[in-house]
Amino acid sequence: MNRFSYLRATSIDEAMREAAADPTARFIAGGTNLIDLMKYNVERPTRLIDITRLPLNGIEETESGGLRLGALVTNDETAFDSRIQDRYPLLASAIQAGASPQLRNAATTGGNLLQRTRCYYFYDPETPCNKREPGTGCPAAFGRNRIHAILGTSDHCIATHPSDMAVAMAALQAIVHVRGPGGERAIPIADFHRLPGEHPEIDNTMLHGEIITSVELPPDGFSRNYTYLKLRDRLSYAFALVSVAAALRMENGTIAQARLALGGVAHKPWRDPAAEAMLQGQPATEDRFRAVADHILKDARGYQDNAFKIDLARRAIVTALSQAASGTPQSQIDKRIQ
Amino acid sequence: MLQEKGYIGTPRNRVDGRAKVTGEAKYAAEFDAPDLAYGIVVSSAIAKGRIASIDADAALAVPGVLQVFTHENRPRTAWFDINFRDETAPPGSPFRPLYDDKVVYSGQPVALVVAESFEIAAYAASLVRIAYEPETHMTDLDIQRDEAYVPPRKRTGVKRPPSPRGDPDGAFEQAPVKVHGEYRVAIEHHNPMETHASTVVYEEDGTLTIHDKTQGSQNSQSYVSSVFGLSSDQVRVISPFVGGAFGSGLRPQYQLFLAVMAALELKRSVRVVLTRDQMFTFGYRPLTIQTISLGANPDGKLVSIMHDAIQTTSPWEDYQEVVVNWSNLLYHCDNVKLTYRLSQVDTYTPIDMRAPGAALGVTAIETAMDELAYAAGIDPVELRLRNYAEMDEADKKYFTSKELRACYQLGAERFGWARRNPEPRSMREGRELIGWGMASGVWEAIMQRVAARAALTPDDRLEVASATADIGTGTYTILTQIAAETLGLPMESVTTKIGDSSLPKSPVEGGSWTAASAGSAVQKACLSVREQLFKYARRMDDSPLANASIEQVTFAGGRIHMTNDPSAGVTLQQAMQAGGVDRVEAEEKSSMGLLKNMRYSGYSHSAIFAEVRVDEELGVVRVTRIVNAVAAGTILNPKTARSQILGGVVFGIGMALEEESMLDHNLGRFMNHNLAEYHVPVNADVYDIDVIFVSEHEERLNPLGVKGLGEIGVIGTAAAIGNAIYHATGKRIRDYPITIDKLLG
Repeated sequence: MNRFSYLRATSIDEAMREAAADPTARFIAGGTNLIDLMKYNVERPTRLIDITRLPLNGIEETESGGLRLGALVTNDETAFDSRIQDRYPLLASAIQAGASPQLRNAATTGGNLLQRTRCYYFYDPETPCNKREPGTGCPAAFGRNRIHAILGTSDHCIATHPSDMAVAMAALQAIVHVRGPGGERAIPIADFHRLPGEHPEIDNTMLHGEIITSVELPPDGFSRNYTYLKLRDRLSYAFALVSVAAALRMENGTIAQARLALGGVAHKPWRDPAAEAMLQGQPATEDRFRAVADHILKDARGYQDNAFKIDLARRAIVTALSQAASGTPQSQIDKRIQ
Repeated sequence: MLQEKGYIGTPRNRVDGRAKVTGEAKYAAEFDAPDLAYGIVVSSAIAKGRIASIDADAALAVPGVLQVFTHENRPRTAWFDINFRDETAPPGSPFRPLYDDKVVYSGQPVALVVAESFEIAAYAASLVRIAYEPETHMTDLDIQRDEAYVPPRKRTGVKRPPSPRGDPDGAFEQAPVKVHGEYRVAIEHHNPMETHASTVVYEEDGTLTIHDKTQGSQNSQSYVSSVFGLSSDQVRVISPFVGGAFGSGLRPQYQLFLAVMAALELKRSVRVVLTRDQMFTFGYRPLTIQTISLGANPDGKLVSIMHDAIQTTSPWEDYQEVVVNWSNLLYHCDNVKLTYRLSQVDTYTPIDMRAPGAALGVTAIETAMDELAYAAGIDPVELRLRNYAEMDEADKKYFTSKELRACYQLGAERFGWARRNPEPRSMREGRELIGWGMASGVWEAIMQRVAARAALTPDDRLEVASATADIGTGTYTILTQIAAETLGLPMESVTTKIGDSSLPKSPVEGGSWTAASAGSAVQKACLSVREQLFKYARRMDDSPLANASIEQVTFAGGRIHMTNDPSAGVTLQQAMQAGGVDRVEAEEKSSMGLLKNMRYSGYSHSAIFAEVRVDEELGVVRVTRIVNAVAAGTILNPKTARSQILGGVVFGIGMALEEESMLDHNLGRFMNHNLAEYHVPVNADVYDIDVIFVSEHEERLNPLGVKGLGEIGVIGTAAAIGNAIYHATGKRIRDYPITIDKLLG
C-alpha cells in the first residue's frame, strides 16, 4: 500500500473539485474493492476522497414511475427494500447472488458499478497486465483464464466485469446519473461500461472528476417473469463463471418483450438487442431459446481454460429464459436450479 | 486399574473454547512487545534466474524504515545443510531465505523490509526495485513426468512402496475383468485461516522469545538455534494457539527465519506476518499423476493391482509421501506392483497436507475400485468385502484391530445403501440426477515418543504439560480429560499447557499421532502421580488403605478410596501431607510399543457414503448427504472427534469439487493466490454430514486404545463424491476437482 492523503468531502461540489485537481485521486465509499486493490498495490491513489457523508442516500420514486437509487445506497439496502423486492425483484435477486452479507452491507450502488475485474493477473502486480499497466501485455490470454471473457475480448485484454448487480441493471436498462465539472449526464447503463479494445485500462465512460450520483430504474421492472441465474465454482461466495439476467413481458403465452444480460462473459454486462428481438412475439419454447443463445454466442471465443463457458452460457441462457417464462425465478437461497 | 470412567469417551466442550471465542486466546501475530518493529516480505516475480540488482534506496529513504535485508547484506548464518534441516525435512538441501542471488521459485522471499510500523514497512516494500536475469523455468509435470525418478534417499517416516509380488503384469493381461486409468488431483494449498506469522521478542538479555505459528514449538526452536548458532537456552518458542495449519506448520517457514534474522541484527523485537497471497509461496500438496490397472476374476476378486504415482517435488529436496501403498493395504491380492516416483519442477518443496499421500492415493484406488465394480457388475460395497485384506500383506503383519467391515455395514445401513439401483442415471428428481457413491478410507495409526509432565499441588490443582500442539484439533481438551480421569479430579481442576518449547519434549503435531502419543504420555505421567499419592496414602497413620493394593482403590472426587467401600479413603491433600510434600510431580514418555509393532500394523479405517445431486443441464453439483463411518479405536471425546471428521469431510468436498492452485506455466507462478479465487467449501456447499464411530477394541497400540482422527475424515471422501457423480450422471471423471466444465455435455 502506498501513502495517500485522506479527505472527507462535505459536499458533492467539494468532492468533484478535489478530484478534478488530482489525476490520481479516488473516491472511496464502501471500499470493499478499492482497499483490497490498494493492499495489492494495484491501485495506488495519492488521495482518497471519502464520499460517504455526501447526500447520495435513499431510494426515491421518479416522476416517470421508476425508482432512483442514491449512489451510496448499500447493496443490502437495495436488495431488502420492499419497493425493489416488489417492483424489481430481478435486481434484488442479482444482488443477493453476489458476495457475502458483510460485503453487501458495506458495498454501495456506485462502487459496485465501478468495481474492477477479478482477473488473476490484474490482481498480481508482479505480472504483466494491460489493464493495470498499459502496454505490458496480457498473460491471461495464454495463461490461466478459467474466469475470463468469451465475448467482446481484444488482443489486449480478456478480463470480465465481476458485478452481479450491474447485470440485472443492464437487463432493466438502468440509467447512471453522474455529475462532473462539465455538469450532469445521464448514461444508459449499456453505454456505461466499455469493451477493452485497445484501452483495457479504461473500464467505463466516466470522465475524471465525475461522480455517480444515482442509478435510475425505469418503470418496467419485469417483476412477473424474470430470473437471475448464476453459475460458479462453488454454491455461494464466488464470482460468476456465467450469469444470466432474464426479464420477459409475457402476453397470452407469447413473449411481448425480452431483455437478457449476461455476466461473467465479457468486460461489461453483455446485451444483444438483436437476440432479444428474436424473442419478441414468439412463444416461449426451448427451440427458440436455443436459437437466441446461439445468436448471442455466435462470435464467442474460448481460450485455454474457458472454452467451456460458451457451452455453459448457451445452457444457462436457455434455462434462465425457461425460468423467466414460467415465472419460477431462481432462488438465491436454495441452491438447487429451479 | 482405572475404575472411574468419568471423562474418557464422553462428549466434552473444548476447554479452550471460551478463550477462543472471546479473543483471549492469542495467536502468533497478536503478541505484543515493547518497541516492536514490523517486517514485510518482498517476493520474487520470476520463477528461476538470478537477481541482477536490488535498488532499496527509495525504500530506505522512507522515514521509519529500519533496514532492507537482502542476500547482499544478510547476516551470516550456519553453513551446513544439516543446520537448516528440521525434524520433518525430506532428503535434500533445505531452502535458505536470502541465501544468494539465485531465484529458484516464483514468490521466493528476496527481501525483508523492516520498519517502525506495519504501514511504513508495507509502503516501503512496494518501493523496492529488483532487476532479474530470468532463466528458463519448468513447472509443468506433464512435460517433466518423463524425467521421473525413484528418490535415491528415503524420507524418514515415509515408507517406500513394497517390492512387487507375484506376476502383476501377466495376471492383468489374463484377467477377465480389467480397469485401467490415469487419475489426477490438482495442487492444493493448505490455506489455514491464520496466515503464517512470527513475533520475535528480543529480550533485554539478548535471548529470544518467539511466538511462532507452528505445529512444533521445539522444531522451530531447534531450527532457530542451529541456523543462527544460538544455544538452546537462548531461544524459546511459544505457540499456545494455532489457527489451523493442516501440515503447513510442520516445517519452520521462511517468516520465522526472516523475523529472527532481523531481530538479531536490529537487536529489537520484530514481527513478520505473511499475506494471504504469500501463503501460496511455500509448501503445497503436490500435483500427482497416478496410473492404476486392476485385474479381477468375474466374481470381482482382484488378481492384479498395479498403482503408479508421479509427484512433483522441488529441485532441492526429494519430498515424499505414501501414495500407492494403500491399494494393497485395503485389498487382498497376490500380484501387486506399487511404484512411486518424483519429478522436479521449479516450485517450492511440497509439504505434508492433511492425510499426505493417502488423500491422493486412496482417492485414485477408490475411484478405480468403483470402476471395477461396474466392470464386474458387482455392488461396490460387496466388491470391497470380497477383496477385504485380512492382513497387511506387504509387511506380512496382522492388524492391531480392523473394524472396516463394520464401517461398511453400519455406514451402508445408515445411508440406506440397500435401496440403491446400481444403474447410472437411474435416480432423478426434476432437473437433478441423483447419485450414490461410496469409498473406503485408511490411515496409519502412528505412535511417537512424547514426554509429558504432571504435577499436583495441595489445592487439588493438577497441571499437565507437553511441548505438543493444538492446531484446532482438541488436544487441550482430550489431555485434560485423560488427566482428570486418571486422578479422579474434575476437569476444571486440570490445567493443560502445550505449545511451548520449554515443556517436556514432543515431536511436531501431525500424522494423527498426537491424541495417541501425547495422550499416552499424559496418562502415564498421571499414573505415576497416582502411584506416589497411593504410596503416601498407605503410609498415613491408621490409613484405611494400609493393606490395599492400587488395583483395589479408586481415585475420585479428590479422594482415594477403597473401591468396595467408598467411605474408607483419604483425600489427596491428606496423602500429600502424609508424604511431607507440597507437590507430586512425574514426567513420563509415551511408549512406542516396539515389540508389538514388529508383529502388528496399526491403521484406522473408514467407509464413506455420499449422495450428490447434479443439475443435468448445467453440471451444478450439490453434495446433499455424507455418511462417514470411522473405526479408529477408542474415541476420547465424541464431540471434538466428530468435529475432526466433519472438518475432514469438508476438506474432502473441497478436493472433490473445488480446490485447485492454478499454475501459469509461462510464468511459473500460482495465479489464483487468494481466497476469492482459490475455492474452499463455504457453508452453502455443506449439507448433511453424519459421522458414525464404529466400536473398535484396540489394545496393542497404546493403553488408551487411541488411533487418531486428524486425517481419516478426508481420506476417501473425494472418491465417494466422484463415484456418486458417476452414479448420477454416467460420467467418470478421473481428474479432481470435478468442476462444472467437466460435467457439461
